[in-house]
Amino acid sequence: MARAITPRKKIMWTALAWGIGLLIFFPIMWTFLTSFKSEATAISDPPVWFIFDWTTENYSAVLARSNYPLALTNSIVIAVGSTLLGILIAVPAAWAMAFVPGKRTKDVLLWMLSTKMLPAVGVLYPLVLIAKYFGVMDSRILLVVILMLINLPIIVWMLYTYFREIPGEILEAARMDGASLKNEIIYVLTPMAVPGIASTILLNIILAWNEAFWTILLTTVNAAPLTKFIASFSAPEGLFYAKLSAASIMAIAPILIMGWFSQKQLVRGLTFGAVK
Amino acid sequence: MNTKQILRGTTVGLGLMVGLASAAMAEEITIATVNNGDMVRMQSLAPQWEQATGNKINWVVLEENVLRQNVTTDISTGGGQYDVMTIGTYEAPIWGANDWLVSLNDGMAEDWDADDLLPAIRGGLTVDGTLYAAPFYGESSMVMYRTDLMEKAGLEMPEAPTWQFIREAAAAMTDRDNDINGICARGKAGWGENMAFLSAMANSFGARWFDMDWNAQFDSPEWKETLTFYLDMMNESGPAGAANNGFNENLTLFQQGKCGMWIDATVAASFVTNPADSTVADKVGFALAPDTGLGKRGNWLWAWSLAIPASSEKVDVAKDFISWATGKGYTELVAENEGWANVPPGTRTSLYENQAYLDAAPFAEMTLKSINSADPQNPSVQEVPYTGIQFVAIPEFAGIATQVGQLFSDALAGNRSADEALNAAQELTTEEMEAAGY
Repeated sequence: MARAITPRKKIMWTALAWGIGLLIFFPIMWTFLTSFKSEATAISDPPVWFIFDWTTENYSAVLARSNYPLALTNSIVIAVGSTLLGILIAVPAAWAMAFVPGKRTKDVLLWMLSTKMLPAVGVLYPLVLIAKYFGVMDSRILLVVILMLINLPIIVWMLYTYFREIPGEILEAARMDGASLKNEIIYVLTPMAVPGIASTILLNIILAWNEAFWTILLTTVNAAPLTKFIASFSAPEGLFYAKLSAASIMAIAPILIMGWFSQKQLVRGLTFGAVK
Repeated sequence: MNTKQILRGTTVGLGLMVGLASAAMAEEITIATVNNGDMVRMQSLAPQWEQATGNKINWVVLEENVLRQNVTTDISTGGGQYDVMTIGTYEAPIWGANDWLVSLNDGMAEDWDADDLLPAIRGGLTVDGTLYAAPFYGESSMVMYRTDLMEKAGLEMPEAPTWQFIREAAAAMTDRDNDINGICARGKAGWGENMAFLSAMANSFGARWFDMDWNAQFDSPEWKETLTFYLDMMNESGPAGAANNGFNENLTLFQQGKCGMWIDATVAASFVTNPADSTVADKVGFALAPDTGLGKRGNWLWAWSLAIPASSEKVDVAKDFISWATGKGYTELVAENEGWANVPPGTRTSLYENQAYLDAAPFAEMTLKSINSADPQNPSVQEVPYTGIQFVAIPEFAGIATQVGQLFSDALAGNRSADEALNAAQELTTEEMEAAGY
């Protein structure tokens, strides 16, 4: 029997949801407001909320001082590139682990995840030296590969959980109808796993977009993405909060918009797997 | 072959040579720098150098700690990503001694007058007679105070105050009801944050980081006196949440009129006296950093400087840029564009002999006195085996001091006593130094 939901309960839960939502959104909103203030208004006490001289001078100052289009392009290439490359490798891997598990599949999965526990800085010097040896420092391809490797365990794990939800009998049926392994993965498995794959892609693009250790340390000018763009507006001696806010908004806007549009897929994907 | 043909051939040949020469000269250099006001200004004026020389600059602007991380990785692996990098007086002697930097003793522009550099600043960037970095702007620390609040408290700030006077004046100026705190000082943990302030302050109390055998000295009565005095003064008259305040937080408080006094970098003087940002611009006075009568003042010395990593392949162009950015001509260029008050301070003697500058910058004299009174070779009252005032110029220092800074910041937040913090600091420093082989 369905539980009766009284109007009062409904209002209470809605209010709570809105409250939590606003709380989480508040820092972004505050950054947004600050980005339109003058530097003096940005630090005024008591803080000014909506009534102030709105100005876009921070945005023009930020645009004049740095190469935003290049940083944006780099971020898109690195985030999307590393995710797609990861998916390409992870789909067959997850297929094998989900449908033809061996004795040690669970151990392999755990071992893959354990690489996430290594502090990144521990492999900084080896990686810099390798990159230098191959002459790929400050290149997009280097970051695409590095971020793919870093996120690969998560991609494999996510896909593995989604694939396990798909009944193996369907794949068997396809095999009995004469589908080759390639066709089985491309035409049978993948379409069924689309929501899972989509949410994996979305989540990993967000992870790669926000990655701020390797993207800052392995780039200088040509491959520098938005993380480095933000870092350039933080000042140890001097108050540039308004400009820093403008730079931050410019850096998060694309991913924020993408998140809004794909909210449905993201939520469906995240609740489709192990945690439904 | 007639004369005409010979002439034509020669002309074409000469033209080609000139063309090739200028093509070879136009280079692209990458400069790593921090987002401080003076550096941003340099970035906006640099196109003039680019036009004059035909070279191009790629700017990599980063937050101080990120920059340090980036540059250290690059320089220690010989990465060669940067041709000019912004470093401070902490890195210059260590990196210079490691042969990571190019000597600036020669190859600089002819009118780049090295002898005009302030001796204290130049000394901090030199190892065994070799200059490894050119100072872009120099700073010491001093007392900035509100003249109106001082008057209201019935006190007069001497040019060279003692710590005792500062503490008493702070208590007299404090007005909690009106949200006015007598003293603002750094409390945020970090070797370049609270430890810069406390190490410099400790020098004036006769304390030191290490004795002549590199033994940590946090168990000495002098350190106990320093830390206790600092904690008491901050608890009596400091702002709420002082343990989270660094340079920028205190600058904000001072500009909003919430600090009676603020002891920090001399470069802050141009910010707090700028009417566009500061609500108290016309009510600020300056004094030397305090002492305790032992002969050393609690002021530090720092110079943001430009250096060339040994891995750079464009040393000549880099030297040409550094000559331009740290030369006398640059000062005049800034004065022309932005006024004398905004020229990078604290590097050259000639600037402090320039009447136009002295008239425009009310803080000039005090800045010069502060810088000149700083002695990185003999920072403390007692003898020390190291150079550096608010730091110890050894590679291990940044790591150790950041941890010690966390302990002291914790003590300011009230989570542990001065004794507990000092004991822990002593233990930690001794362990780290032993592990490092001292």
